[in-house]
Order: sequence, then C-alpha cells, then structure tokens
Amino acid sequence: MIEIKNLTKRYGTFTALDALTLTIERGTVFGFVGPNGAGKTTTFSILATLIPPTAGDALIDGFSVVRDAKQVRQRIGYMPDFFGVYDQFKTKEYLDFYGASYGIPARERERLIPQLLELVRLSDKIDTYVDLLSRGMKQRLCLARSLIHDPEVLILDEPASGLDPRARIEMREIIKELKNMGKTILISSHILPELSVMCDELCIIDRGKLITHDSVQAILNQLKPERVLAVRVKDRFAETIRFFEDDPHVSLVARNPENNSLTFQFRGDVDAQVALLKKAILADLPIISFQEEKTKMEDVFMELLQEVDDGAESLQ
Amino acid sequence: MRNRFNNPVLQKEFKLRFRTVKSFVGLFMYLLIFGILALGFIYVLTLNQTYLFFQPEESRALFSYLAIIQLVMLLFITPGLTAGVVSGERERQTLNILLTTTLSSFQIIVGKLLSSVAYLLLLLLASLPLFSFVFLFGGVAPEEILLVFFMNLITVLTFGAIGIFFSTLLKRTIAAVISSYVLTLFLTIGTVILFFISIGISRGLNPGGIPLISYFLTTLNPVFALLTALNIDVTGAFDNWPSLPVWMMYVIVYTLVFIFCTWMSTLKLRKEK
Repeated sequence: MIEIKNLTKRYGTFTALDALTLTIERGTVFGFVGPNGAGKTTTFSILATLIPPTAGDALIDGFSVVRDAKQVRQRIGYMPDFFGVYDQFKTKEYLDFYGASYGIPARERERLIPQLLELVRLSDKIDTYVDLLSRGMKQRLCLARSLIHDPEVLILDEPASGLDPRARIEMREIIKELKNMGKTILISSHILPELSVMCDELCIIDRGKLITHDSVQAILNQLKPERVLAVRVKDRFAETIRFFEDDPHVSLVARNPENNSLTFQFRGDVDAQVALLKKAILADLPIISFQEEKTKMEDVFMELLQEVDDGAESLQ
Repeated sequence: MRNRFNNPVLQKEFKLRFRTVKSFVGLFMYLLIFGILALGFIYVLTLNQTYLFFQPEESRALFSYLAIIQLVMLLFITPGLTAGVVSGERERQTLNILLTTTLSSFQIIVGKLLSSVAYLLLLLLASLPLFSFVFLFGGVAPEEILLVFFMNLITVLTFGAIGIFFSTLLKRTIAAVISSYVLTLFLTIGTVILFFISIGISRGLNPGGIPLISYFLTTLNPVFALLTALNIDVTGAFDNWPSLPVWMMYVIVYTLVFIFCTWMSTLKLRKEK
C-alpha cells in the first residue's frame, strides 16, 4: 500500500531524513517511534504532499507523492501534530467545509457528518462552536475531518500528544475501530507503550535514519533475547524449581514460596518457549499459569538509542 | 465534476468574515469617515450660499472629490484586508490541512481573493447613497459613474492580488502587511516623485518633450489614472503626450500585474518541486 524508497530531505547541510526505505502493507497499523527531531514529522509531511523530498520517492497505492500529488491527496487523511481550527465554525460546518473541499456533494455531506461525529463520539456536539470544544474533542474532530473523503490511508502525527489519560484511551479505541474498518494507519509518537498496544508493526527512527523495522513482538525479541517468564503451580513447588533449573535456556530463577510461583530468565526463541511449556506439561507439573512478564517498550527504546549513540561515538 | 463557481474556500471565507464583529465595525467606520468627508465638502462648497444648490461644475467637482476619496480609502484598506489571508491560515495552523485536501492551489487563491474583493465591493455599494448627492444635482453622466466604478474595481482586484501574493510568499502576516503597504505607497506617492524627477531631468536635456518613462510612471499611479478617467486635465502642460489615455494604459498594466500576482500566488502556495 505504501512504498517509501530512499526518501531523503535536506535543509541546507542538515539532513532531516536520510534515505528512508520502508514498505507498509494494506490494513497495517504502523508506528513511527523516535525522539523529537528524529524525522517523523518530516516523513509524514512528505507523505501528505506538503513538502517535496530532496531525493527518493514514496508511493501510496501506486501514486507518487512527487508526481501524482492530487491522487495521493484523495487517498490520504492527514492529521498534523499541531493544527488550528476555524473558531467561528460550528462542528457541523467545520466538517462540511472540508467535505466540500474534497468535492463531496452537499447531500452526501449531510449524510456523512452525523456518522463521522458518531465514530469520534462527538454526536452531541454537532451544533457547538469548534472554539468551545476541549483539546481532546478538537483532536477527535480533526480525526473525523481526516476521514471525510473515506481515505484508505490515515497519517496521524502524534494524535495523542497533549491529551489527558482518558482522552488518550478514547483516541486509542477510535483507532482500533478504524483498523477494523480496514484502514492503513500510520501513527507517530514518542509515548511508546501506547504505540506497542495499538500497532502491528513498528519502526524506530533517530536523526533521520531508520534503526529498525519489524512487528512489535519481533522488535522486543530482537532486542531482548532473554525474556522473563513467570510460572505458578498448585503444589510440588520444589520439584517444579528443579525441573526449570535443569533446562539449558533458563537462568536466574527467583522463587516465591508464598504463592508457589517462580520467575526466571529465558534465553531462546518462541519455539523454544513452546517446547519448554510442552515438556513441563508432559512432566505432569500442576501448572496454574505460565506467562511472559512484559518487557517495557521504553526500556527497549532506550536500549536502541543507546546503541545508536555508541555507534556514533565509536565513529568519531 | 465540481462546479467551477462553487468554490468552498469562497463560501467559507464569506461565512467566517461576516460572523466577526470586525467586518461590521469596518463597514461602519468606512461609511462614517466617508460621510464626514463628503458632507464636509458639501458644507464648504455651500458656505457662502443662501440656498442649497450646485452649479453643474460644482456637482462635477463633488463627484470627482468623492471618487478620489473613495479610491484613497480603498487603497488604504485593501492591503490590510488581503495581506493576511494566506499567512494568517499558516499562523493559525489551518493551512497545512487545507493544502492536503484536493482543492487546487488556484481555487484556494481565487476563493481568498474573491471573498476579500466581495467585502470591498460591499463597501463600494454601501457608499452609493453618498454619491446620490451628486445624482441629485446632475452634471455627471452615467457612463462616467460606471467608469469610476470599473476603475476602482480594477484597482481593488490588483491591490488585493498584490496583498495575497505577499501573504503567500512571506511566512509572517506582519511582513506581508508591511510589504503590501510599502508597495502601495510606492505606486501612489513614489511614482509621483519619480515622475517629477524624470520630467525635471528631461526638461534639462530636451525642453518641451517628455520621456516615455514619465508617461509609464503615470500609468502605474491609481490616483493619476482615476483623474484622467474623470477627464480632469492633468497632462495638458505637456505637448507630446502619448495619445492612449493614461487610464486605459493603467487598466492594461494593472490587469497584467493582477494576472502575474494571482499566477505567482498559485505557484507558490504549495511547496512543490
């Protein structure tokens, strides 16, 4: 659906985006992670046809952002990280104006607007002046606005920035709904746990360069080969400890006799983990639960950026 | 197929413009100032008369005076009205969203321009009752009134396009406003100064004749052009004056400037390769 090829943007001697290459499949929720100034907004602005790349190109549904800007605009819904609204407009009029801007006939707009407002949970604000909406509501209204021409791709630049926790959850729920509608969604954020729950795939960029791109889980695995597993048994605690300690992939076993549970580090891929669980069940251990302790995305992220810094230092 | 005359930007601008108190205050102030100047002039004219009546010449003078006052006021308002229309959207962070819609750059620029011009036309129409004093006393042909209206329309369109050009080119509204006013000042006062300098220099070299450059300078000046359209003899002192009236040349030159500014604004609105 989206093909980014060697996308480069330079401002004088400063390189904001350095030969970014990525392919994003249809229906994917794709997260761009990186610190401020990493090149996320630059990438999104190029995809939204707002700034031309210095080199390279990006194709959206086969249309080039450089040569076929109009076709691209028809296919994308864009929500910038910072945006203003026309204060003198009512919610309904705001959406109506953008609908007209996409050439949607008046009758069609009349039908669409209540549906969109329902999707973003603003149905009761249809006659409210945009000026009077809260920040979270404006953010949702802008999302509804980006959907008015039913685009296949949504480009959301930091959609949750500046929102309180409740508004963030609402935004996340709406994005889930949009994913279910089959939209391809690009989201950027520096709030990592949020992206890891919303996205199918992630890429991490820093100083204009792509550091890694993979599924959320693969990125976690790739970075932390040892996972922390927690096991709880009904009884036969000592036997259980012995069983896991004997496994070659297991290390650092920590016991918690009070509730018959133990945690340990597990070094191995997903198949090895499946094999371990199978072996434990065949050994007839009375297992109540066997689960991975979540690795925090922020730790992963810090580790990644640390690697970049180390690399940069070793080059100097 | 989208209807060519159904410009969403134009409709949006109309709605937003007439929802602000500013537009009505602007209209009120315009009529107030124009009214004071018009009635003041009539008062001065009739100061020594026992009965209120005009000679046709006096009626003509009043008409010319009102037309010039109106032009000067429009020249004063237009840059301020138009120089913020694109940069203002940029500053309010609404421009990027507008640019990602499928509206063409031309539609956006024309929508912005026409909505500003429409407001100025409203000012022109609202001031018609003041002109009715002139109609009351006669002495002015309807064609002349139409010509004055046409000249003011050309002026407003061109200065509006200049304001929008600066608004598109420069990031900040304040810079666009200053640039527009500087150019307006140059075209209204700067050209007069340059005109006299050019005449002075050429008189020394070639007594009796005037250079083409002087003629060209007058065709850039909206006040000068309106004076010639009003048949006020400002060029009689020069013998070899080109036969094409200044106001006609002015219409041609300003139409070209209008096309150029609108075209450049359309090109510069989106940062394309």
